[in-house]
Amino acid sequence: MSAELAEPASKIELPAGVGGGGEIPSFDVTLRVRRYNPEVSEDATWDDFKVTMYGTDRVLDALHKIKWEMDGSVSFRRSCAHGVCGSDAMRINGRNRLACKTLLKDLDTSKPITVEPIKGLPVEKDLIVDMEPFFQSFREVMPFLINRGHEPTKERLQSAEDRERFDDTTKCILCAACTSSCPVFWTDGQYFGPAAIVNAHRFIFDSRDDAGDMRLEILNDKEGVWRCRTTFNCTEACPRGIQVTQAIAEVKQAILSRKI
Amino acid sequence: MTATIQSPRSGKIQPKYRRTGGSKGNFEMLAWLFMRLSGVVLVVLIFGHLTVNLLVGEGIHAIDFGFVAGKWADPFWQFWDLAMLWLAMLHGTNGVRTIINDYAEKDATRLWLKIVLYAATTVIIILGTLVIFTFDPCPVANGVQLPGGFCPAP
Repeated sequence: MSAELAEPASKIELPAGVGGGGEIPSFDVTLRVRRYNPEVSEDATWDDFKVTMYGTDRVLDALHKIKWEMDGSVSFRRSCAHGVCGSDAMRINGRNRLACKTLLKDLDTSKPITVEPIKGLPVEKDLIVDMEPFFQSFREVMPFLINRGHEPTKERLQSAEDRERFDDTTKCILCAACTSSCPVFWTDGQYFGPAAIVNAHRFIFDSRDDAGDMRLEILNDKEGVWRCRTTFNCTEACPRGIQVTQAIAEVKQAILSRKI
Repeated sequence: MTATIQSPRSGKIQPKYRRTGGSKGNFEMLAWLFMRLSGVVLVVLIFGHLTVNLLVGEGIHAIDFGFVAGKWADPFWQFWDLAMLWLAMLHGTNGVRTIINDYAEKDATRLWLKIVLYAATTVIIILGTLVIFTFDPCPVANGVQLPGGFCPAP
């Protein structure tokens, strides 16, 4: 191989001290992580980790630093690390957020930052929960297009207005931040949960879909939309900014107008 | 040391999360709708009640046994109070029912709390309805008028 190439010179003249290479402020922050390992103890405990982080770092970066440099046994899920896959929803300072979208500098770094698994689902280890009950509810609302008409030769066309009707609920990444922030779900885990209703909404209001009535019937269950108490925890928790409570209200309206 | 790796768990749900009761019917929908409608009607009934009892005329100073007796001599106020009693009791009972559903963690606790709730509701509604319709401002027992002081001597 040839010798390493030098970095090409910048094409923009920048005065010294402006842009680019300025130093990013660093600060010390304590992360208080909820630890649980059923092979060691039935009880969960808190572990404090003090790390030096930068203003551009997210909670996920701090967790990486802890796992990679301090304690390899800290367990958490993450895949894309950029707010798209929905793997790293956790309870940070008592609120459900994605660790990869929460900047440390936006939290109060003078106090320890608490990091817990999302509530209401069985904890497997540390920050990892069993997502199966969550996905089961998701599956039950049939989150796929059902169309009984003739198969078109090309794509199924839809007007921009018809697409706009359910645009908000297409954004869901199934991170479970909403469902695990819902106090009704915490009680007994029987409630379908906001995420399942949001994903039903996405198809109920899709003009190309023919199974809206079936989905409405499923959500008319005693554990369906009527258990929503409009506490807005889900709307506040959603990292994608979906108006979850509003979507649930629209499904309620749809059931009502179909029945009456 | 041998380790056993469990088979993939996808689709296996802990029993606690499994929805068992295949509830057919629209009870929860009707209960939800009733809460909204009765709430609106109750706002009118209760503020009407408060205005007539506490603000109009001599206001709060006019309230005594005779005032209530006078109101219940009128079928309009009998109906008004009856509607208020039934709607408020059913509205409140349904509210407490949902609170019990949301907060009771054991099925047995839930069952017993609801039994107490429904029993109390039934007693109050029946008793209240009886009072409204059988109310007699001048009760007579064994041919003797009971003390009260409002009624003219027979």
